[in-house]
Amino acid sequence: MDLTLAQLLPLFVAVPLLAAFLIPLVRRVHEQAAEGLSLVAGVALLVLCVQVWGRPAGTCHMGGWQPPFGINLILDGLSKLMVILIAVVSACVIVYALTYMKRYTARGPFYSLLMLMIAGMNGVVLSGDLFNLYVFLEIAAISSYALVAFGTQEEELEAAFKYLVLGGVASSLILFGIALLYSLTGTLNLAHMARILAGGEPNRLVFFVAALFLGGFGLKAALVPFHAWLPDAHPSAPAPISAMLSGLLIKALGVYALVRLFYNVLPLEGASTALIALGILSMVIGVFLAVGQWDFKRLLAYHSISQMGYVLLGIGLGTPLGLAGGLFHLVNHGVFKSLLFLCSGSVERSTGTRNLKELGGLWKPMPVTSATCSVASLSISGVPPFNGFWSKLIIIIATAQAATQLGPVAYVLAAVTVLVSFMTLVSFVKVQKYALFGALPERLARVREASTAMCLSLVLLAVLCIGLGVGSFWALPKLVHPARDAARDRVGYMERVLPAPEIERMVLAGGPADE
Amino acid sequence: MIYYLLAAGLLAVGMYAVLVKRNLIKIVMGMLIIEYAVNLMLILVAYRTGGQAPIVTEQMRVSPGPFVDPLPQALILTSIVIGLALVALMVTLCLRLYQRYGTLDTSHIRRLKG
Repeated sequence: MDLTLAQLLPLFVAVPLLAAFLIPLVRRVHEQAAEGLSLVAGVALLVLCVQVWGRPAGTCHMGGWQPPFGINLILDGLSKLMVILIAVVSACVIVYALTYMKRYTARGPFYSLLMLMIAGMNGVVLSGDLFNLYVFLEIAAISSYALVAFGTQEEELEAAFKYLVLGGVASSLILFGIALLYSLTGTLNLAHMARILAGGEPNRLVFFVAALFLGGFGLKAALVPFHAWLPDAHPSAPAPISAMLSGLLIKALGVYALVRLFYNVLPLEGASTALIALGILSMVIGVFLAVGQWDFKRLLAYHSISQMGYVLLGIGLGTPLGLAGGLFHLVNHGVFKSLLFLCSGSVERSTGTRNLKELGGLWKPMPVTSATCSVASLSISGVPPFNGFWSKLIIIIATAQAATQLGPVAYVLAAVTVLVSFMTLVSFVKVQKYALFGALPERLARVREASTAMCLSLVLLAVLCIGLGVGSFWALPKLVHPARDAARDRVGYMERVLPAPEIERMVLAGGPADE
Repeated sequence: MIYYLLAAGLLAVGMYAVLVKRNLIKIVMGMLIIEYAVNLMLILVAYRTGGQAPIVTEQMRVSPGPFVDPLPQALILTSIVIGLALVALMVTLCLRLYQRYGTLDTSHIRRLKG
């Protein structure tokens, strides 16, 4: 079957959306049908990724409306990177959830919400329309609020309410920004908006809108002044959802949207400094809060804040090398942080605790979980040859090179980056020492390894960690460089969607619009 | 201009309720006010002075005057539906929190810290 790109792109959203609404129906017929259907949807997304892998960038005009009218989906390098990351991590998470979620009731709604979240994230990264992006963002966000509260214990409800209120405020800020931007440009199509903004004289309103977006998407990405919800919400969710939230959601909803809007749409000069400042702040404060934690999942959540700081620093630098490093770290963090959260889930499920002080000596009874956890810990700490090392190295080099624009302060920033990397290592040595090595406590003498399906997804992610590290010379030009070029190419983004200015004028004037 | 300021004021009122109030229900109401302020903003953005409803009628063919931008009106319909989902979820969470903690006061609902 040979489908064109325009036929493939809507499927990225349609497949998980259809699965989400079919799951409650098929569950009436057979108890296990929800699991089966989610697995099918996960595999279908992977197949779709394989289908679009080698293709050049392209667009899909929904309903045949020519832009700037109607809604369009765009697949360029940046979207492709995100779509592939989402498909791979969600597939591993679905496999893991097959047995992990057995102890919960109401698994039907769980898989429905998970599928809705995937559909929303795919929609956010593919959409070429600002309001459409907002709607998909809300689909993903609202299902994630419900998933955080899934256990309905005291902590989970409290964390979910906090997350919901802050997430709701963030969405309102984003919608407010969209309203102002619409009043300024009279369009919602991102490419058309970019062309109008680039053509007009600089407007102060754009800065206000940028501030609103930085606050709104910054809240979604949990950058430091806006991070308060993350250390509560991410650990409270069931482990597969923690992996989805930390590995994908904060990136697709937060960082991707920031990159797309700040690089491709809004004409801004000063945004780079703000992004670098937020990045450094998140990096340093996140890691200092993480070092003192004894709750396994809470420690991981604080590290998510810190690692997102790296991503944002790379993106804020805006140089080709810095942007490539930031995007590569985004992919790597998606892989190793979801692996770490899944490992913490295995440990919690087998031992019944997340407190590092009560654990120990898990290497003997749980070899697969321990080995994969070690791989992920080494990756996040930036030990060569694992994937985290290469992306951090690129970011550090890019920061030092930025001395030509930023002056000698760039060297200080590079030194801070190295220091934070060292602190990360210290904190994960602690995890290794207390959880995996040492004597096995009496209480945990009968601990057993996680189930086969869970181990399978852990091993898959660990292999990806090593593969992206050893094969970084392959992953960079194939995956990351197209994404970087797409982000830096403002004119290319406009021309991919819109016809040349003369034709556009004819269409708007009601002239011959036939293809 | 005064209308824009009023919408911004409404947003500020909602923000105040969300940030300062300690009762969960009041926080929910604050969220509602924020949503309405943003929706109002979208409607105001679309308004044209002396504009009429964007429906093509015989009257409009005879004397075509300015009419308001119909797109944001479609947008806020979507936004209201999203708001409904958000509020339904929020109220459900409040109910469950009340069942668990026996109070709606946020100063007593704080197991999580650090």
